Amino acid sequence: MSRPKDLCLLPAHATARLVREGTVKARDVVDSTLERIAAVDSKVGAYLKVDADGARAAADAVDRKRASGKPLGPLAGAAVAVKDNMCTRGLETTAASRILEGWVPPYDCTVVRRIREADGIVVGKTNLDEFAMGSSTENSAFKKTRNPWDLSRVPGGSSGGSAAAVAAGECSVALGSDTGGSIRQPAALTGTVGLKPTYGRVSRFGLIAFGSSLDQIGPIARDVEDAALLLRTVAGHDPADGTSVERDVPDYVAALKQGAKGLRLGIPKEYFPPDLNAEVASAVKGAIARLVEAGATAVEVDLPTSPYSIACYYIVATSEASSNLARYDGVKYGARSAEAKDLYSMYALTRRDGFGPEVRRRIMLGTYALSAGYYDAYYKKGLEVRSLLRREFDAAFEKCDAILSPTSPFPAFKIGEKVDDPLSMYLSDIFTVAVNLAGLPGVSVPCGLSMERLPIGLQVLAPPFGEETMLRVARAHEKLAGTAPEAPGI
Amino acid sequence: MDWETVIGIEVHCQLKVPSKLFCECATSFGADANTNVCPVCLGLPGSLPVLSERALRLAIRAGLSLGCEIAARTKWDRKNYFYPDLPKGYQISQYDMPLSFGGAIEVPLEDGGAKTVRITRLHLEEDTGKLFHVEAEDAGSRESLVDLNRAGTPLIEIVTEPDIRSPGEAWSYLTELRRILRYIDVSDCNMEEGSLRAEPNVSIRPKGSKEFGTKTEIKNLNSFKSVRDALVHEVDRQRKTIEGGGNVRQETLLWDVARGVTAPMRSKEAAHDYRYFPEPDVPPVTVPRVLVDETRRSVPELPGPRRARFEKDYGLPAYDADVLCSDRATADWFEAVVKAHPSDPKAASNWVMGEVLREVKERKIEISSFPVSPASLARLLALAEAGTVSVSAAKEAWKEMVASGADAETAIERKGLAQVSDEAAIDGLVAKVVASNEKIAAEIRGGKVAALKSLVGLVMRESKGRANPQMVNAALRRSLGLPPE
Repeated sequence: MSRPKDLCLLPAHATARLVREGTVKARDVVDSTLERIAAVDSKVGAYLKVDADGARAAADAVDRKRASGKPLGPLAGAAVAVKDNMCTRGLETTAASRILEGWVPPYDCTVVRRIREADGIVVGKTNLDEFAMGSSTENSAFKKTRNPWDLSRVPGGSSGGSAAAVAAGECSVALGSDTGGSIRQPAALTGTVGLKPTYGRVSRFGLIAFGSSLDQIGPIARDVEDAALLLRTVAGHDPADGTSVERDVPDYVAALKQGAKGLRLGIPKEYFPPDLNAEVASAVKGAIARLVEAGATAVEVDLPTSPYSIACYYIVATSEASSNLARYDGVKYGARSAEAKDLYSMYALTRRDGFGPEVRRRIMLGTYALSAGYYDAYYKKGLEVRSLLRREFDAAFEKCDAILSPTSPFPAFKIGEKVDDPLSMYLSDIFTVAVNLAGLPGVSVPCGLSMERLPIGLQVLAPPFGEETMLRVARAHEKLAGTAPEAPGI
Repeated sequence: MDWETVIGIEVHCQLKVPSKLFCECATSFGADANTNVCPVCLGLPGSLPVLSERALRLAIRAGLSLGCEIAARTKWDRKNYFYPDLPKGYQISQYDMPLSFGGAIEVPLEDGGAKTVRITRLHLEEDTGKLFHVEAEDAGSRESLVDLNRAGTPLIEIVTEPDIRSPGEAWSYLTELRRILRYIDVSDCNMEEGSLRAEPNVSIRPKGSKEFGTKTEIKNLNSFKSVRDALVHEVDRQRKTIEGGGNVRQETLLWDVARGVTAPMRSKEAAHDYRYFPEPDVPPVTVPRVLVDETRRSVPELPGPRRARFEKDYGLPAYDADVLCSDRATADWFEAVVKAHPSDPKAASNWVMGEVLREVKERKIEISSFPVSPASLARLLALAEAGTVSVSAAKEAWKEMVASGADAETAIERKGLAQVSDEAAIDGLVAKVVASNEKIAAEIRGGKVAALKSLVGLVMRESKGRANPQMVNAALRRSLGLPPE
């Protein structure tokens, strides 16, 4: 049987159907994907490590499973890229940091295990901002990832490698992690669908922690159905994560059929400030108008604390990070400075040399915020702002079923454009961080292109565990606006 | 000037549970280094702690047994500092919402008195690993090895109010605390294995003063005796410092057991800002009231109330009650004897404190594995009371019971110890003794009745202790023409 040439460009749900039917082999999907990676990744730089042998072996195992008459899982043969802050047994996992270079986990992240159990194929580990700290993937210690839409631009971050891999057809779907927008913002900048689940919906076991009370793993995909499919695969309670919630996983794919008719869409004016990029504003407002035409209603909602969310986020996330990253001390695994003369110089030199500048900056910010005498003014205040945000969202969701906004305040920016201006870089997440602080789910879906032919993202938010509603809106929008065309940069 | 000593004590105590606080690794003592470990207690990237419900239940039991309240809602916090025995770079502990608080225990003192020591709080946290400092292979330098077997073992930290007024009271407090925690089977409280660690803080103030003096904290104490010795030394040092015109500095001191002195810890190790904040990986726990009530019902009678009951119900002296209640197994053992032989608790007490505990100590065994059961001892006591064996024969029989595990009747039979109550046999013995002690017999017949006792003794000896003493007495009187008693 001849292999369709662009298997790697099919969505995962289509691929899995073909593999289950026996029309194509999982091995064909993987070979097609590996060929694609070989052809384009030198330009895109999405992957830190491609596990060609592992992927082929896994694909062959899926094909054998089918040949033996066993039913295949929902991701049968789909090529999945995994952000390199998720542990993969026997496969180097670095979080794009020198301090973890060469570290090979003895266990799989729960989500990776679930992908394997669903007969998905892990093809490799994607680039990210070191320890997921950044909005452009430029903070990786190892390489730059370029936006497949324009190779002179960033793919967003921190899950820039996963988003770029999906956009460039270097995998069927990918996993990212989102602490303040790290799935949704790169999805917006690469014309992909990126979904951050409700806090507790997906297990964090095996995810290298950045901000533990904010981190969630979620899918990045080329269409909404794939995002729903991958979410359904990885979601659900995990006894190994005390913060994962014991709650049934709905059939997110089935929910897509329901459409957005009759849904009330909340529009928060705080997310459309007067200085918002005009193209972004008009694209998002256009999308809302089309949904209203299709039978939804738009209502104005207030989220007055939202403007403080960036400040709050950079206290909470950096505080937790300063503690989460303390384990990289040169004692047990990863790098240890060779110049160390005693215990204290081992700590200081290992951490000075092992962490990049942005990680060091955030560790210092967080350490300061938690220090004696400052806790009440910073971290505690941050927690109070979080409850305030949550209450405001609760009140807003009394009036609407989903909230719509831009994902990123601007389309993809140039590589190097913001690296010397951390504050301006931090503002990339101005519309995404509140969701993490409040623990809500959010999804970014492609919403047209700018004049420079760069993707724009529409963000849809829902109340906790409202992923079904959120996906219905996203799917309805996708039907009206279409998925993004193939990225033209490669 | 007269000084008053003020002491508070922080105790860390390992919970007696088979697995660690946040993972399933074993907590057994003495395993090969770094074998009881997993990604969670090694702090590997991506690993997450999951609170052990078993440890939580045990900590609640400990709190209730120290008279504490159990918080309706409790949470864990991260205590951040760098040290190689701390794999995550933070310890998961409890800061401002401890599991349990506001308790008190009644401590019997060495002088026979008692005092109440208030418990400020009891919380549940994880232990660290252990460091070993050794000579490195390249001579002259030293290196440190890390064993993380202990990392993550559940600990309870018990903090007192500054209620303790002398090193002796500190010793008594620790003794009673250990007794309680062992009674409720919450901890082994073994200081040598490190399952109990005590860190006292101490200050002195002029007698009558309401203000506290500046306190110092003492670490590196590996026995109750060290605690007492270190406190005696430190109180003396503080007094001399102040009387010499100096000031006590607030600091952490290490006890040097060999030299018998306290010395300040290096300031670098003491100067920590722990940057506590709520542990985001472990959700706060709402403690169900039913669980607290259920646990309360399962707490056994504690040593204090039990001592009082032994005095009252069994009519035992305070000394007996204290010895018998020193651990739960001994008290249970004693009560099992009394239950089977209720007529003479004091005899049972004498027997348990004497014969049984001596044997337990000599054999270095637990009373629970004693070769004679409480029921067997009760039977022996009953036989002695009924006169089937004499008291001295009973002790002979006991030796056989302990040696072979035989029951009382078998031992008596085997050793031929049953009391002789056969009238003819006793008359024969009496005749023999009277014949060979004519002089004494004559004196008795002549009115010196008090000398009868010596003849009774001689008949008993002749019978190897087996003759029934009352019958011997009666037979002698008959033989010597005295009226029956």
